[in-house]
Amino acid sequence: MVEQIKQFFIQIGDLSRFASRFFKEFYKPPFEFKELLHQCYQMGNRSLVLVGLTGFIIGLVLTLQSRPTMIQFGAVSWMPNMVGISIVREIGPVITALICAGRIASGIGAELGSMRVTEQIDAMEVSGTNPFKYLVITRILATTLMLPLLVVFGDLIALYGSALVENIKGQVSFQLYFNTVFNALSFGDLVPATVKSFFFGFVIGLVGCYKGYYSKKGTAGVGVAANTAVVMASLLLFVVDFIAVFVSDIFYEL
Amino acid sequence: MTNDANTYQETVKSLDKKEEKKAVIRIRDVRKSFGDNHVLNGFNLELLEGENLVVMGKSGSGKSVMIKCLVGLMLPDSGYIEVMGKEIASLDHETLDELRSDIGFLFQGSALYDSMTVRENLEFPLRRHKEKLGKISDTTPLVLEALENVGLADAIDLMPAELSGGMKRRVALARTLILKPKIILYDEPTSGLDPITAKEIIELMRTIQKKYGTSSLIITHDVDCARVISERMVLLVDGINYAEGTYSELSASTDPKVEAFFKK
Repeated sequence: MVEQIKQFFIQIGDLSRFASRFFKEFYKPPFEFKELLHQCYQMGNRSLVLVGLTGFIIGLVLTLQSRPTMIQFGAVSWMPNMVGISIVREIGPVITALICAGRIASGIGAELGSMRVTEQIDAMEVSGTNPFKYLVITRILATTLMLPLLVVFGDLIALYGSALVENIKGQVSFQLYFNTVFNALSFGDLVPATVKSFFFGFVIGLVGCYKGYYSKKGTAGVGVAANTAVVMASLLLFVVDFIAVFVSDIFYEL
Repeated sequence: MTNDANTYQETVKSLDKKEEKKAVIRIRDVRKSFGDNHVLNGFNLELLEGENLVVMGKSGSGKSVMIKCLVGLMLPDSGYIEVMGKEIASLDHETLDELRSDIGFLFQGSALYDSMTVRENLEFPLRRHKEKLGKISDTTPLVLEALENVGLADAIDLMPAELSGGMKRRVALARTLILKPKIILYDEPTSGLDPITAKEIIELMRTIQKKYGTSSLIITHDVDCARVISERMVLLVDGINYAEGTYSELSASTDPKVEAFFKK
């Protein structure tokens, strides 16, 4: 037990050092723009279908499940407001981030892990290219930049799913539904959600890269790196979410 | 002429050469441990200009650790490593990168970048060291020249996954050659290859050494490879350079620890 707690704090320390190395090397040339664009495509574009499908189902299910209770209280006309606010503020960013933690963090962990055990990272270093800049900085930046865009996309699809249920079950037009949603949303709903999405993206990239970059013990280590990257990223996402909500409450009085 | 006379002449020749040529790599009293496992215990080595030096040792004897210390991938606990007149431990990142452009490294498992084509694999070292070869607008002739050296010009657009083990090793050798290094470090160049492919790789290494006049440090436990390619050999036992000499000198030794390497 004591050993496990010790290991936990060692990992947190190592992760913090890894993050500080990111900020130190981020500003230094050469900048790997081509690789950054490639990673943005891999992480952003390739996640669209998964995020879209999940968002659509979440919107659909949330509305279907809440509808009977709302009808009971005679508050069904508040449905777009409730669904809109809950998706934009919390459900959209968290669900999208969790999906990306599963897809992207494990992918980065496995990719960098296998590059480490097959000496590809060493080969890069010997050839004079800084592997940290080429592999780590580009991936962390790509997840940080792409996650907010995926969250916006996921939110819109989730709202569309919800509008579809309201349209079929309550004969509410799409125009009326979206007008009500956008009227209900304020600046204080959009800004904190967008800002925390950047942090979610950063955490996913950071943990995936950290686990893969320091992968050990051969091919078995690659599996461990991919697996622990998902677990650690998912846990950290909730911690970041808690901090984000706490800080937003100070500024926007949620 | 008797065997003894032959050996004597070889030794005299190698000593003469040693006097003429300067050392491009110097390792003095290098020690490296991993916990209680003392891998290198005061290892010494000198690689001369244009020489083919083979370092032999059992698996886990610290050969790969030693070669990684040479290019700064690992730092020794103590001791002195000098490559082309520069002490590795005292170099900053920039200078170390510059120096690395003069050192080619052939990794044990080839270490080709999986996500890149053969062409991109060969172009990768050029990104950082283009200035070394003058102003280049088109890298294709350089890539083709390196691939032709290893007889794989046709594989330029293939992915590493589409290549056999021997082809991968050849492409890795071409990638090592693209910056025209002065020293090439080979980490188990024939391991995992069938005898025929291993022979081809050894032949290729000899051709390259003749063509470019590179100094080569070859880490291996393949006796056949050592016999064909070595001008001088060092046996790494218990973390030290236990024995040194030409292949014929060492293979004739009666020391049990040396004999163990040459027993079939």
